[in-house]
Amino acid sequence: MKPSDNSPSATLSIDGEEISFTKGQSILQAALAAGKYIPHLCYHPEFRPNGSCKLCTVTINGRPGASCTAQAEAGQTVESDTPEINDKRRTLLQMLLVEGNHFCPSCEKSGNCMLQALAYALGVMSPHFPQIFPVRLVDASHPEILLDFNRCILCEICVRASDEVDHKNVFAFSGRGITKHLIVNSESGRLADTDFLSTDKAAQVCPVGVILRKRKGFTSPIGSRRFDVKPINEQMERIAEPVGKTSGGSSP
Amino acid sequence: MSKKIKVATTSLAGCFGCHMSFLDIDERLLELLELVEFDRSPLTDIKTCGPCDLGIIEGGVCNAENVHVLREFRKNCKILVAIGACAINGGLPAQRNQFDLRDILEEVYHTSVGLTQGSDIPNDPELPLPLNKVHPIHEVVKIDYFLPGCPPPADAIWKFLTDLIAGRTPKLGHGLLHYD
Repeated sequence: MKPSDNSPSATLSIDGEEISFTKGQSILQAALAAGKYIPHLCYHPEFRPNGSCKLCTVTINGRPGASCTAQAEAGQTVESDTPEINDKRRTLLQMLLVEGNHFCPSCEKSGNCMLQALAYALGVMSPHFPQIFPVRLVDASHPEILLDFNRCILCEICVRASDEVDHKNVFAFSGRGITKHLIVNSESGRLADTDFLSTDKAAQVCPVGVILRKRKGFTSPIGSRRFDVKPINEQMERIAEPVGKTSGGSSP
Repeated sequence: MSKKIKVATTSLAGCFGCHMSFLDIDERLLELLELVEFDRSPLTDIKTCGPCDLGIIEGGVCNAENVHVLREFRKNCKILVAIGACAINGGLPAQRNQFDLRDILEEVYHTSVGLTQGSDIPNDPELPLPLNKVHPIHEVVKIDYFLPGCPPPADAIWKFLTDLIAGRTPKLGHGLLHYD
């Protein structure tokens, strides 16, 4: 008989490891809660899942799916850390890297960046694809926050934070396909013309170097930045924050 | 080892920082010289590249001469390695890709402040012509291995070279693989 999803002992298997979950959890949430890392970029434990970056793709009973949006069900056989899936993840990261202008040596977020850390963890050695070198302007209008759109990976975390937590709707997406981009919801399009504050949730959650606090860059020296110390897949304690916790001030 | 591995290196649109980091392997250079012999390289000052086992390229491609040198390396080297941010994704020189080349030259030589009288865009036939955009080298020739970093630390270069010379697939672990 198939074990019920409601039973406290419901489990699914990820890479051959039995992992228990509670009803309503996604496969990604169940994995992270059990200390099993699945790469992800657009998932944030405090917001509804987005399913857009596809880095958390796993196979569920043999079929590929985003583990952040797939419900955990008893008896599922999930594969995540396989050479084939990690190859695809590397390709996704390479596409993200060539689509924007990710010039790590000059980026304030370097060493603390989820995109970079994930690329390190998965061993991305080259961009593989031709660089697009898109022309994107920065928005330095706000007194406390700088927006560098060159590094946007369209994870939508700031959009969700501004909507779900700050209730301000400062950010949105515009355009489709390769022209899709992050915009600021003000008539002028400038951040200074919104009610955005540096204390907003949306100001704290950018996984890459788009939303930056002015005069706060390069505070930790190389060697002691977050991902200098330990690779991202060994920082489970900071990644698997409980769902619903909204008071955290630092990056995801 | 009976025959030494022939190695050529060059810096295209780079700052020689990767070469400096390579020199930071310090006394391990002597160990390396037991195994390799340098052909064209800033270390030997040999100007053209002969047949080599390994070519190491620092810097991206920003002008016509870079293209010629890169093709010469590809033609002569069995294995070609892109070293550093500039070779891999254009790096700092590629920051000019945001702008039109003509506008940049105009601003630098005609309209910016503090120019000497009669300042003009250099047009000496000896100067290689700049390309409209700066490109990573894998967009011009096939590259076999990539060694990221700005620059890669000496230990990463050492790990990479010793792996490669020993016939292993080069693998950089945590702390050795970084993009900055």
